[in-house]
Amino acid sequence: MPKDVLISKHPRHRLATRLWHGINALCLLVLLMSGLTIFNAHPRLYWGEYGANDDYAWMAIGSSGRSGYLRLGDTRIETTGFLGNWQDSEGRTRTWAFPGWATIPSSYSLADGRRWHFFFAWIFAIGLTLFMIRSLWNRHIQKDLNMRKDEWRPSHIWRSLRDHTRISVIRQSWSEDYNVIQKLTYIGVIFILLPLMIFTGLAMSPAMDANWPLLTDLFGGRQSARSVHFLTAALLVLFFLIHMVMVLLSGPVRQVKAMILGGARKEPST
Amino acid sequence: MTIISRRKLITSAAIGAGGLLSGCDALNRNPAFQDMLSSAETANFTVQRALGNRMQLASEYSSADLSPVFRANGTRDPATPAYAASAAQGFADWQLRLTGLFEKPQMFSMAALQSLPQRTQITRHDCVEGWSAIGQWTGVPLKIFLDIARLQDSARFLVFHCADRLGGRPYYESIDLVDGFHPQTILAHRLNGEPLPVANGAPLRLRVERQLGYKQAKYITGIQAVASLDGIGEGKGGYWQDVANYEWYAGI
Repeated sequence: MPKDVLISKHPRHRLATRLWHGINALCLLVLLMSGLTIFNAHPRLYWGEYGANDDYAWMAIGSSGRSGYLRLGDTRIETTGFLGNWQDSEGRTRTWAFPGWATIPSSYSLADGRRWHFFFAWIFAIGLTLFMIRSLWNRHIQKDLNMRKDEWRPSHIWRSLRDHTRISVIRQSWSEDYNVIQKLTYIGVIFILLPLMIFTGLAMSPAMDANWPLLTDLFGGRQSARSVHFLTAALLVLFFLIHMVMVLLSGPVRQVKAMILGGARKEPST
Repeated sequence: MTIISRRKLITSAAIGAGGLLSGCDALNRNPAFQDMLSSAETANFTVQRALGNRMQLASEYSSADLSPVFRANGTRDPATPAYAASAAQGFADWQLRLTGLFEKPQMFSMAALQSLPQRTQITRHDCVEGWSAIGQWTGVPLKIFLDIARLQDSARFLVFHCADRLGGRPYYESIDLVDGFHPQTILAHRLNGEPLPVANGAPLRLRVERQLGYKQAKYITGIQAVASLDGIGEGKGGYWQDVANYEWYAGI
């Protein structure tokens, strides 16, 4: 069997998957960085329906004197140079929560941050919806992410988790079907974390509160929805970091190439 | 081979990240790109209006849900001699002027306004910055004024003129007629059972509960009915819309 037939007929990643992966990666990056601009407008998080400066924040980023800090509950962590108090590229001290290199735009503008955020939120939401429909239609979800019965065994999950710490196993894994940890992670990201970002985002909107009051109630109030929105974004950043480590360890060139061109489903025998 | 490629990949990723930031700032300064970004406002407005009944109420709460302190933001005191003089006598001489495309333009004193039907509502104030506060508002439904002064057929927007200035410009805001006739849209003169404090917009502020805080104009001196927002301020419909890129529709 010639190699190129194998690649074109049975790509490791389908066209819809590759297209969405690229668009989604761009959207999530812009949404994260413009989201941090919006967070900088009020770097405090609360639980419940209301929350403002006189109310107790479970998390706050701030600046006192020359030091920046992150406060989690009663624990204060010094973050000078990184959060709350840092120097911009021209050496000026800034006291916005997240530094300019992490935000869009790089200088503080809540209005511009919101514009970027909502525009890319629409592309992200439409893209995710189309990807879900297409992936059910072409049976990507049912074939590649479906959990077999034996995969639910704790011993199986534990073994797969341990395999993720063994570089030799990771190096060989690039052409294999998804393992149980990959399946659970991708299902969790696509069907739980990403929709959660959309729904907690909508739950912060006063017009949606009038249209769908249950949505805000579901998260325990507008400020809780804002906290869940932030925490879910943090989980997505964590996913991204582990995802990058796994790509780098399993052969970054062929992995990136496969996510752009499709790649081959089974390792061609050479 | 793999090691070189890996190093290349990391280097290009680092260059890419730096380029991305300056690239984003360049795009952010580009008027055509800004126009593209702001098209999301139209999508938000259209979809949010289509999703619910036009008269759908924002959530109302009980007195147990009130914020212990209702945060004030923006202007906390207009501090002009005229405002200070009016405040000194409890705003007894304050006038609300209805101008523009009304059949019967007229003025209301605070006493006349307080003898009109009133609505009390406990609602959540959502600031564009991200914080929220729950307060109890009492005031006259805007619909009452619109029924008394009667809009001309060509009227499309209601502009709220304010006594405060920010950065030397007068604050103003505007809403369309759907929000104008909404039952929870009121001109509030009481907060949590007390006369409205100066920091929160005494003696009159707008409550338009399905939108963000910057729409809730304070220190209101007049309502102008207009066919278009073009001739008002810089034509974008509000102070924050004129001075920064805030959207006229603030439902999200």
